[in-house]
Formats: sequence, C-alpha cells, structure tokens
Amino acid sequence: MAVEFIDVVETSLAGLGTGALMALTGVAFVIIYKATKVINLAIGEMLMIGAFVFYGFSAGLSLPIWASVPLTLVVAAIIGGVIERTMIRPLMKDNPVSVFMVTIGLTSILIGVVELIWSAEPRRLPEFLPSQPIIIADAFIPSKTFYSFLIAAAVMAVLITVFAFWRGGIALRATATDRAAASSVGIDVPGVFSFSWMLAAVVAALAGILVGSVGGISSAMGLFGLSVFVVVIVGGLDSIAGALVAGLFIGWLEAMVGRFLGGEFKLLATFSILLVVLVVRPYGLFGTHEIERL
Amino acid sequence: MAVSPSHSAAPVRPPAAALDVDGLSLQFGGVKALDGVSLNVAAGSITALIGPNGAGKTSAFNAISGFYKPKTGTVKLDGEDITHVPARERAKLGLARTFQNIALFRGMTVLDNIKLGRHAHLNTNVFDAFLYWGRAKREEMELRAEIERDVIDFLELDHIRNVPVAILPYGLQKKVELARALAMRPRILMLDEPVAGMNREETEDMARAILDVREEWGISVLLVEHDMGMVMDISDHVCVLNFGRRIAAGTPAEVRANPDVIKAYLGSSGDPHKAAVEEVA
Repeated sequence: MAVEFIDVVETSLAGLGTGALMALTGVAFVIIYKATKVINLAIGEMLMIGAFVFYGFSAGLSLPIWASVPLTLVVAAIIGGVIERTMIRPLMKDNPVSVFMVTIGLTSILIGVVELIWSAEPRRLPEFLPSQPIIIADAFIPSKTFYSFLIAAAVMAVLITVFAFWRGGIALRATATDRAAASSVGIDVPGVFSFSWMLAAVVAALAGILVGSVGGISSAMGLFGLSVFVVVIVGGLDSIAGALVAGLFIGWLEAMVGRFLGGEFKLLATFSILLVVLVVRPYGLFGTHEIERL
Repeated sequence: MAVSPSHSAAPVRPPAAALDVDGLSLQFGGVKALDGVSLNVAAGSITALIGPNGAGKTSAFNAISGFYKPKTGTVKLDGEDITHVPARERAKLGLARTFQNIALFRGMTVLDNIKLGRHAHLNTNVFDAFLYWGRAKREEMELRAEIERDVIDFLELDHIRNVPVAILPYGLQKKVELARALAMRPRILMLDEPVAGMNREETEDMARAILDVREEWGISVLLVEHDMGMVMDISDHVCVLNFGRRIAAGTPAEVRANPDVIKAYLGSSGDPHKAAVEEVA
C-alpha cells in the first residue's frame, strides 16, 4: 500500500483550502453574471489588483492589518464602480460579445496598471495570519490554508444568506433577464449594474488578499482566474451555491490528482470534468436551466 | 367574498390618476414618430389609443412611460409634470405598463414575476436589507398575502402561481404581465396590445379582466389595441393616431363615424381601387 490514509487526509484538506478561495472568486464572477449577464474574464485580474492594493497599504504604507483590509475593500469597490461606469455601462445596449471582449482588454489594463506601480516582480504580503500550524487528529494543515479557508467560508456564508433571503437578489436576476421590464416595475437598473460590479470587486479583492497571503503576489496571479472559470461553468454561471460546491470540488480534485498522479495531470483532470459537464449539463450543476417554449 | 380574520382590512386602493399628454413630438433620425400628439385620460376611465400599423401608438406609449425622451411636449400625471422623470420613478408614482412583446422575467415563476411588481414600493436601497432584517422579512410576508388576495385570486391565476412563466401559453403570459402591473398598485394602468394574438375566448377573458380592474380597483386604464371590436366595447374614450398625428378623439361612436378615421383605416394613399371603394361608401 503506497498511499497512506493520513496523506489522503492532509492532501484533501489542503485541496479544500485552495478550493474555498476558488469558490470565493467564483462567487465574485457569479455576482456580476447574475445581475448583468456579463461574462467577466478579468475576474482573476480584479483579484490581483485587490491583492496589490492590500500590499500597497500594508507593506508600502506600513498600515496595520485592521486598517489595510477595510481600506483595500473600499478601494476595490471604487475600482469596480469605475470599471462599470466607464467600460461596461456605455456598452449596455450593445451585444454581449462586445462586453465580453472589453473584459479581455480589461485584463491587460489591470496588469499594466499593477506593473506600472509595483513592477512585474513577485512579492510577499506581510504575515498577518497566525503562523502556528493546525493539527486536526494527526493531520497537519498549514495555518494560512486553514485560516483563509475559514475566512472564505464565513464570507460565502454571509453572501449566500443574503442572496437567499433578500429581495434585492431577485431584482438582480430580473435586471439580467429583461432590463426594460425591470425599469417598468421600478428597479434602478443602472444602480443594480454599479452595485454588482462594486460588490464583485470587493469579494475578488478579499480573495486576492487570501490567495496572496498563501502564495505571494505577482502581476501574473490573475491566472488563478482560469481555474475559477472552470469552477463557475461546472457550478452554473448564475449560481452562488454552485460556485461554492464546484470550487471546493475542483480544489480538492486538483490537489489529489497533483499529489497522487503527478502535477502534470492536474489540468487534465480539471478540464476533463469541464468537458463532461458541458456535454451533460451545459448550464452547470446548479445553474438556471432556461425553459424555452417553442 | 370570504373574509378571514387576517384579511379583514379593506384592500388599500390607490386613487385613480388622470393623465394629460400635450404636444408630444418624437423623432428617430429623419422619421417623425410623433408629431404634436395630445391626449387625455380622465381619472377612472378606459381610454384607447388606436391607429393603423406604424401610426406611433407604441412610440407614444414609450414616451408616456418614460422609455423614450420626447423632443417636445409634456406628460402630466394628475397635474404633476413628469416629462423628465425616469421610467423607474414613474413606476413609483403609480404608472404601470405592459409590453407589446411580452416582457416577463423568464426563468422565474408566475408568483416571483408578480411580486417583482411591488419592488418599487419596497426597500429601494440595496443596503436596507442588511440594516433592517426583521422589517424586510415582515414586509415580504405582508406582500405575499396581499398579492395572493388582490392580484392572484382576482385574476384567477392561483392554479399556475408556481409555474415558470416561460412554459405558459401566450394568453396566460399576457395575463401574468397584467397581474405584475397590478401588483404595482398603479393609479394608471397602461396596456400595450393586451389581446394581440389571442383567440376569441382569450380576448373576451382579457376584456373582462380589464373591465373588472376598472370596476374593482377604480383606476384609469390607457390601452393600445388593434382589435376594434374589443376597443369599441370597453372604452369610454378613443384617440386615433395616423402617421404620428392625432386625427380624431371622442367616444367610440363618434370616432367610428369620423370620416378621417374611416379613411385612415381603409387607406386612400394613391390606391385607385381603395379610393373608389371609399367614394362609393
């Protein structure tokens, strides 16, 4: 028996830790899609710029952690609002493909801004999570993985509760479905657009802080977004719960495959899952299956 | 009507509003969609806006509900000038509308669609739900009870309340749109071709529903419609548009006898056969 039980447990826990961060970023993606039907390819870069803003406050200005995090989230909300107002809203009446293309351009802009200010060099975030490793039974979990999992889980719990019980959640869906009908019932459509981009930017920045504190930051860390696209497609583009389940699953799967089959099989496994889901349930595991009356 | 204790409070009906449209003009490029159109909807009346295809009926509708910005002219709701009020604010002032091509929220159930009609009157600030959790919850319960009673039972939609709207037949979809507009507690209800594409039975059902709304809710109704029989049967007042201009207005009988209206409907634009028919008539 080459595979030890404790090894499986430790790998699984580490995988769930990464998965929680994928899920959190996936939630940011879903918030935008839910309200505006925009496929935001720049979600990984929004995560990255959030991490760098945090770096700027915590390392650059040496502010304490309790000040840096809220300031980062405020700046992220402003960035999200500015992106929406200047790049997305002017295209509201155009077809979705143009908006999709704009988000590709947005990735370059965000990378460019970060490299102009902080250069392309990888950096480490100041340590702020407790560094004492966590031992559950006999399994060893790196403390950063453990705490970032807890924080991501708490944030997602809040978001899922809010979207399940708050009627504004349904207003977001209404806006995505039919904007004319939404304004005819008094929904503030431009307001919904701004709100969803700002909230998504805040969630992505938070994910960026956590991802960065585990693995360091660089202008290329937006590549994390690639796995996140798999997560949201598997979970369903418009389902927050789907992003959660799929994020944990993909994170776990990548860790297990990487550990027991070798790193080169990670992406193979992830994208095979993607392929199967696209064939069997193209709207994702939890996504809305639009019923068409022909 | 069976009155259970929780429903004992008399339904709160918003008072009917009068609508005064004056000199509305609207242009798309070189095309004058509306040219100085005026029309009045008296409080509590059913007023119809008719005219041949392309006469500007829907343009007028969109300008009145705030989806188009007119070049000149004013729209007044109960004397208050709302010409520059955005569509979503007009909804809050009591102006509810339906669309010619059904604009329901596909993928949602009938009940969710109807409840969204009340969105304008509930917490408008997206942060309210975070701050006033209990209040939001209570509001939701009251809303549900009220909509069940005043809208769903009233329009006889109870058997389909949990059905996704996308799979309903056309006639019922139109009725759900009417229900959503009613859930807005409108003071004036604007219906864009409420019976277009319906069969006789569905048309009669919808006509009865519109009359019931006026009777029970006492609100004003403005409708655009092609079905002449239905318009003449239920309207108090009819306004006729042709090529973006108002060519006649009055009671159904007056309008029916108006030579300009007959001409507009039979057409006299250079077709010798039609012109001959007209002269004989």
